[in-house]
Amino acid sequence: MPVSVTSSQIIFDALKACGVRVISALPETWLVHLIRMAEEDTETILVRLAKEEEGVGISAGAHLAGVKSAMLMQNHGLLASVNGIVSLAQLFRIPLLMVISHRGEFGERDPWQTEGGMVTVPLLDALGIPCERLDDPAGVARQVHKAQTLATAALRPVALLLTRDLMWED
Amino acid sequence: MKRIEAIRAVYPRLEGCAVVTIMGAVAAELQSIGHRRNFFYLQHAMGLASSMGLGIALSRPALKVVVFDGDGSLLMNLGGLTTMARYRPGNLLHVVFDNESLLSVGGFPTATSTGSDLAGIASAAGIQRVGTARTVESFRKAFGAALDGGELTTLVAKVEATGPAQFVTDLGLLENRFQFQRWLSAATS
Repeated sequence: MPVSVTSSQIIFDALKACGVRVISALPETWLVHLIRMAEEDTETILVRLAKEEEGVGISAGAHLAGVKSAMLMQNHGLLASVNGIVSLAQLFRIPLLMVISHRGEFGERDPWQTEGGMVTVPLLDALGIPCERLDDPAGVARQVHKAQTLATAALRPVALLLTRDLMWED
Repeated sequence: MKRIEAIRAVYPRLEGCAVVTIMGAVAAELQSIGHRRNFFYLQHAMGLASSMGLGIALSRPALKVVVFDGDGSLLMNLGGLTTMARYRPGNLLHVVFDNESLLSVGGFPTATSTGSDLAGIASAAGIQRVGTARTVESFRKAFGAALDGGELTTLVAKVEATGPAQFVTDLGLLENRFQFQRWLSAATS
């Protein structure tokens, strides 16, 4: 599977360096290594979800309980989480560090990913969620750290988009 | 039984627990009995009270966490039962007040009114300990036993579809949120 282990490790190390201890996740192809790394790490609590919106509740609980968390999801998981993001995270000023695989961009071969790919950034804009694309492994650690810093200071969700250039090796 | 009587019966046991409730009648009734700093009212985001309780319980294993859920809310996040069951924190007590209706938004009947059995669903999802209470006294006993038992529990309380006349209280959402966070950060367990 040509998902980049190297980039996955860089992302996981960056999350750990930020003090993230709880990671919620729903599997998707680009996230397989990241989820495995979270599962194998003894300091990380991995919460495997049935649906991504649950992750908003997990992160809200963790935040109020004093624990830093991150959410791993596909962009369609973001679409499935919108009410939780608005009426829990934004309504109650909960920081969310959302790490989202951005399927459906240029280079996408799976027809079923394409609609979600086109609406992801407009949706984040509509929700007022700051977002950056992660496409260069060299910048990942700094971008993850900056995203986490803003989320914590603003008490709001932020999004990091994992791109094909970063995650896929073919 | 009336839900407010059930809540009143277990109210003394909520001391020292992180308590997360759903919106509407449950939040208003608990506040009418007496707000405490360890109570958080999730005044929207239906379905996520149980997920929030799970997040707290996993983050703070030494702290007892109580969720006051409802049939309408739980039906929006049945998958969450499987997530709770998967990690089965022994410090989480998940109470579901089942009045077979969406009382706070007009009283329309939920699927529990036509036979869907939330206790059966919770049990089949893998929740370790599941019970149903139909009287205040049996609820009080089951609640106490679950809190002392140290096993993940879903306790369904069958209650009447009655509630307060209005749901807005004078406790601001953010005031409640920051108060609850401060209580959690000061809690020793």
